[in-house]
Amino acid sequence: MAKSVKVYSTPTCPWCVRVKQFLSENNILFENYDVSQEPSKGEEMVNKSGQMGVPVIDIDGSIIVGFDRERIKQALGI
Amino acid sequence: MYDLIIIGAGPAGITAAVYAARQRMDLLVITKDIGGQAAISGDVENYTGYQFITGPDLAGKFEEHLRNYKIGLKENEEVLELKKRGEVVWVRTQRQEYEGRTAIIASGKKSRELNVPGEREFKNRGLSYCATCDAPLFTGKAVAVIGGGNSALDTSIQLIKIAKRIYIVNISSQLGGDEILRETVKHNEKVTVFNNAQVTEITGDKMVKAVKIKQEGKEQTLAVEGVFVEIGLVPNTNFAPDVEKNQRGEIKINSANETNIPGIFAAGDVTDVPEKQIIIAAGEGSKASLNVFKYLAQHNLKLAK
Repeated sequence: MAKSVKVYSTPTCPWCVRVKQFLSENNILFENYDVSQEPSKGEEMVNKSGQMGVPVIDIDGSIIVGFDRERIKQALGI
Repeated sequence: MYDLIIIGAGPAGITAAVYAARQRMDLLVITKDIGGQAAISGDVENYTGYQFITGPDLAGKFEEHLRNYKIGLKENEEVLELKKRGEVVWVRTQRQEYEGRTAIIASGKKSRELNVPGEREFKNRGLSYCATCDAPLFTGKAVAVIGGGNSALDTSIQLIKIAKRIYIVNISSQLGGDEILRETVKHNEKVTVFNNAQVTEITGDKMVKAVKIKQEGKEQTLAVEGVFVEIGLVPNTNFAPDVEKNQRGEIKINSANETNIPGIFAAGDVTDVPEKQIIIAAGEGSKASLNVFKYLAQHNLKLAK
């Protein structure tokens, strides 16, 4: 079954753009939350990751901070 | 053993790698990230061939070009030590050790840190070195910007649109940077500038709650939820203590990109080449690679096949 992938990002953050590009290139469906527009999602992100840096990627509950290609691949099993 | 180990994959490291790959060198690139500072730059309008391209897009093009070649690439890997041992360049990262006949240091620069209590603790917990990335998280909040040059002014202007209050903590007697940016900042009612002021501590619980500053001997605490540090850049050279540097910590090179240690070359913003430009870093990277090739030939070091 496909994993649930959530990306918490801002429109201006270059690494957020790269993360989303990377997921798209690998045909991974994901939900994107723009935390600058949705403060509640911002709080959710801070609670999950314990920090305020974007991007944060939630892959079936495993939380990855930043564009860490290797960890993202591992969590996705690709 | 590799013919060449390149440290860093910004414009200099990537261009060096492309040139080396085309010379069929047995090549390893070790890097924390791909694109370097170019990847977090704003708009680029002076890279020949592109009248306009964003930093991340240009970095993406570089990356695409790099991945076109079959080379060894270690990402998210940080070099902790680099030494010449006899004829061998020895490199240690947090994961393993590598050996090469030559190396190009293209590790670039990173944000200068404040070196005050609380800085490490609250990094990414309200303290940020990248306003472009993190500013939108501080909508409606009070924030402090540390610094007084163009990047501090730029950051403040980005924050004016979203934050509730902005305190600029500037160590000099007046703001530096461009007149036009200074005026924008000074005339905005959300902004308060503290000149001759130094940060002494960042405090909070889980996240930043305040920044303590000292201004002309007087201490005060500013209640803020965000701190943006914009006090310039420092070269990433801690791993190479034996390589000679200038007083700014930049690696000294000659016109063939050679350092004081034979077989160790350097290129890009990490060097004492004064012009810090994407196109210059890229050019220097290619130059370094060509000179590595010459060096290998002159020393009869057979290229690994």
